[in-house]
Amino acid sequence: MRYAMVIDTLKCVGCSDCVVACQTENDVPIGYCRDWITETVNGAYPNIELELKSERCNHCENAPCVRCCPTGASHIVEGGIVLVTGDECIGCGACIESCPYDARYQHPDGYVDKCTFCHHRLEKGQLPACVSVCPTKCMYFGDLDNPNSEVSRLLKNRKWKTLAPEAGTKPQVYYLI
Amino acid sequence: MQEELFTSGRHIPNIDPSLEIWHWPISLYLFLGGLAAGLLFFAGVVTILGKDKEYPTTVKYASMVPPVALSLGLLALVYDLTHPLYTWQLYTTIRLESPMSWGAWVLLITTPLSFMWVFSYYSELFPKWKLKFKFLNKFEKFLKKNRKNMAYALVPLSIILGVYTGILLSAFNARPLWNNAILGPLFLTSGLSTGAATIILLAKNTKEIHLFSKIDLALIIIELGLIVHMIMGMYAGSEVQLDAMNLLIGGEFTLMFFGFVVILGLIVPGILEALEIKGYKVPVAIPAILILIGGLIFRFVMVEAGQITRYLY
Amino acid sequence: MVTSRRKFIKISALGLGGLAATSTAYKLFASNPILDAAIKENIAKKFVRSATYCEVCFWKCAAWAYTDTNGDIKKIIGNETDPHCYGRLCPRGTGGVGMYNDDDRLKTPLIRTTINGEETFRKASWDEALDLIASKFKHIKNTYGAESFALLKHGSPGKHLEHLFKAYGSDTIAEPAYAQCRGAREAGFALTYGSWVGSPEPTDIRDTKCLVLIGSHIGENMHNSQVQEMSDAIDNGATIITVDPRFSTAASKSQHWLAIKPATDIALMLAWMNVLIEEELYDKDYVKKYTTGFDELKDHVLNFTPEWAYGITTIKPEEIRKTARKMAHASPSVIIHPGRHVSWYGDDTQRARAMAILNGLLGSWGRRGGFYFKESIKVPKFPHPDYPHPKWDWTDIGEKFPLAQMGITTEVIKCAIPSEDNKYPVKAMMVAGTNITKSIPEKKLLEEAMDNLEFMVVLDTMPMDVTGYADVVLPECTYLERYDGIRSATNREPSIAVRVPAVQPKYDSKPGWWVAKQIGERIGLGEYFKYDDYKEVIEWQLNKMGTSLEEMNKIGVKHFPRKSGPLYLDEDKNYEFPTESGKIELYSKELKNLGFDPLPVYTKHPEPPQGFYRLNYGRAPMHTFSRTANNPNLNDLKSENNLWVNPKVARIIGLKTGQSVWLRNQDKITSSFSIKVRVTERIRWDSVYMVHGFGHNNKKLTRAFGKGINDTQMISKVAIDPIMGGTGMRGNFVEILTEDPHKTIEI
Repeated sequence: MRYAMVIDTLKCVGCSDCVVACQTENDVPIGYCRDWITETVNGAYPNIELELKSERCNHCENAPCVRCCPTGASHIVEGGIVLVTGDECIGCGACIESCPYDARYQHPDGYVDKCTFCHHRLEKGQLPACVSVCPTKCMYFGDLDNPNSEVSRLLKNRKWKTLAPEAGTKPQVYYLI
Repeated sequence: MQEELFTSGRHIPNIDPSLEIWHWPISLYLFLGGLAAGLLFFAGVVTILGKDKEYPTTVKYASMVPPVALSLGLLALVYDLTHPLYTWQLYTTIRLESPMSWGAWVLLITTPLSFMWVFSYYSELFPKWKLKFKFLNKFEKFLKKNRKNMAYALVPLSIILGVYTGILLSAFNARPLWNNAILGPLFLTSGLSTGAATIILLAKNTKEIHLFSKIDLALIIIELGLIVHMIMGMYAGSEVQLDAMNLLIGGEFTLMFFGFVVILGLIVPGILEALEIKGYKVPVAIPAILILIGGLIFRFVMVEAGQITRYLY
Repeated sequence: MVTSRRKFIKISALGLGGLAATSTAYKLFASNPILDAAIKENIAKKFVRSATYCEVCFWKCAAWAYTDTNGDIKKIIGNETDPHCYGRLCPRGTGGVGMYNDDDRLKTPLIRTTINGEETFRKASWDEALDLIASKFKHIKNTYGAESFALLKHGSPGKHLEHLFKAYGSDTIAEPAYAQCRGAREAGFALTYGSWVGSPEPTDIRDTKCLVLIGSHIGENMHNSQVQEMSDAIDNGATIITVDPRFSTAASKSQHWLAIKPATDIALMLAWMNVLIEEELYDKDYVKKYTTGFDELKDHVLNFTPEWAYGITTIKPEEIRKTARKMAHASPSVIIHPGRHVSWYGDDTQRARAMAILNGLLGSWGRRGGFYFKESIKVPKFPHPDYPHPKWDWTDIGEKFPLAQMGITTEVIKCAIPSEDNKYPVKAMMVAGTNITKSIPEKKLLEEAMDNLEFMVVLDTMPMDVTGYADVVLPECTYLERYDGIRSATNREPSIAVRVPAVQPKYDSKPGWWVAKQIGERIGLGEYFKYDDYKEVIEWQLNKMGTSLEEMNKIGVKHFPRKSGPLYLDEDKNYEFPTESGKIELYSKELKNLGFDPLPVYTKHPEPPQGFYRLNYGRAPMHTFSRTANNPNLNDLKSENNLWVNPKVARIIGLKTGQSVWLRNQDKITSSFSIKVRVTERIRWDSVYMVHGFGHNNKKLTRAFGKGINDTQMISKVAIDPIMGGTGMRGNFVEILTEDPHKTIEI
């Protein structure tokens, strides 16, 4: 199994619902976030391009954070999800330094925290909170090892990109463009 | 015009707008680690070569520094952890891919070894304070006998330690300033150089001072070469590496880097040491202290500037 | 592919001997399946869910509020079966938790008092506050008549107070949602089709082939089901055409963005009509069968060629033709969206008429992918005595505006300013659920009016700016803490939703219905409030509708079958539109008789003078006007607004992104606070733009105070729509000040 998220930038309006839903679902303290929205504007009036996208931990296949973690608190579970076990984390910050996406942060309680693809929801057969609330339905989640899954089909039929592929992390959050 | 911004307003403490995860304790830790590695290396090599009687500062007096430096460094490291009560988790596993993990293990071995090394010289270092317990006397004798064995262990360990201080940073692909293969040798060289400077500072006989002035000069030249090499590498690199280079040569860290590290910390002491070797009267403490300060600032610059650099996407 | 962590630990255990043994032991302990399950059990939070519908904006999406065992609301999730949200709330709905959790909420009733010559508020008990309010109600009625007590309201609490006011004998009621927002649209479409657009708009976006947005920025306004349906339309390959001088989010999703010169939309639409008619692209059968006045229209637009419009709108003729053809190609599955906030330039009803006419030409009204025939179910009225007949009411106040169909806030407010020819003196006012200082333009006028009131009471959940002007402030509990009226809105299919309290009201806050009832009873109107708890009203109504509160607690939303006929026009049958002629009135005799243009005409509006920029304002998806600025969850996403400035302008003035500036408008009104510049290509060089709803000046809003500029403060000039009294607010021009103007005054 290889979990992946596919996000359609042609539909995202940057409303940030994914951010709020994540905060309420995962008790993320106010002032912190596990996902966020970026806006990129290119061109000159009136020939402009605007790209909005929801970003988060890319659950990289070649995850530098897991590699550099000295205690094994950062680890990969079934489906390729990168998780952090809070009470194995010493808060050294190495994983934060290692992430090209700045997707991790130090929780006020000391341990390092980040997107879990809502692992606790997946176990119950639910989609990640961000995916389930998105009002534009621009986010898809599923198994890339299954060629018939929606995510597989989208990646097969649409043009896509990943973030900072040159960092060599093999990110598993894909953006349809 | 291109614009990039956070629509959902990200202001995560210590993360935005640029990382401030590692603070001064890490820089200090890297400096002290390098310094200890340098001193232990020289002590080990001199002992193996059987010249310990000719260079007493190297093997004896200066070797009092590493245990203190390593202890302080470890304290600094733990001080910068945000979940320090779980520090013991470091020693539940060995993760070879994680420099931090094997660094922790190397320190776990090297630190007691550095204490034992000093202890083996206890009677010579502190002739006035006799050891009260018999088993301690026995232990000292045992260590004294095994000094050479310890030296054999210390040489590779100190090299690993010195390289580790650099690899700790260079392993981070995500920080373009750090992500180059030169950083390990560079930090090792810098560590050896600060070690040599400490010996110069503490040594009393001219023979020892002369030898280490020569060694240090060589190290300074190598270090300058490595810095040029590092910058050339970045210059030929991708956009993010060019940005990283610009921080050092044309940005907010230029003064610190060139002024304090390259000129005051390497070139000036290098010239002074060369003059000293040529026979000019130079107070040796000046280049030695300049090197130590330069080495410390170098760690600060690299740690702080490195956290500003990132991938663009 | 996947590295199992446990596997890795085993390897390290092999390599490490003694030390590793302890670690292995530890890991084994942690991976004990029984223990794991026990931990999961503990972590799996036990939630109780209660049915509600959102009150963070007017869309009123049905939702479930999840409360944990401690009685804290943890999250709010959309109701799957609700046609307003299809199970997906917007950020504000999801962040509704913050409305409940906000520490800055109004906590107790407050009464204005003077201490040491300084006016301030003191805490009061509900009894004291309500007794005081009741005495004022009686006094106003005895001295001036009940009509002189006005109500400005919005949303659910407004409904309860409307009942109180009507029972009391006052129908001097208005809400900013009409004259400051969508009124002109309702008037324009009512004139053409005989029915309001209403909310949610009956636009069949999910099945459309072509969506035309004129200044409407779906995506920045999070009108939930519309945003969702626009996304479906994108998936379906629909063409989106956006007309906006600003590169809105919607514009970025469009195949055609027409970067129009501000205030020239009518010219563009006339040119579109010209193309549709000249090239015979319009829906001929539909026009023939269902409309009247086509010949007049044809003559009217004869000369309004794309070339003519080019000079006005700066949009190239071929682009106008191309987009007109696209619309015609998609016809009848095409929507010229009526928009929502349409009070722009004072000829807004005419602009709405132009949109309505275009939809008529394209045959989209009553067609799949165009506009569906909306329907709602009537909620039976809980029995109460008849309302008394006021001597005058909002219709009299707005008599100058023949087609105003609701109270005009600004006219009601003007009645509070004493003058000899004021026939309808307003002496007291209640404001509920609307922060009028941020929604009503012409602040000077508003302040003068409030100054002249004998009594003013404000009901709100938050210490909004308007509370600062009140004599009594009443803390309302949030929608998550109260029962409220049954939601029944128009849609494809009738449905109802209930609001049940998820938790008890925090602090000493009370529901709106309770406040209305308490005041009513104190002024002898107990007969109108024959219930102890509003729950009884809902139960009675639900029973009458063939359901029960018990059932609704489980389902939240209930659907009812349509009764008014099919969703779209039945082509074989004759259809009579609810207009005077029974047809779609392309040419409006009603307007003609009232002395207005029977067909839309382009008129030139003022342009910014040298050194000034047109102030354009809009929405951010994570905020609802000014009411969410202090919400901790939403403030975290956007804590202040920015001033969008074109790079060319930035170069001239020397502005940088992030720099703080102040604004001064054409009437020399200076902004109280500063705003940070955003230099962006998304805005024209003759305009600046900011999101509405920031720049709060009540310090009790600790997160929102002083953050950004209140655009409404800069709107001191309004262009009144003569047809329905709307206040056009987009004709204000500002200059950008780089030095703090308040500092200079002090020196």
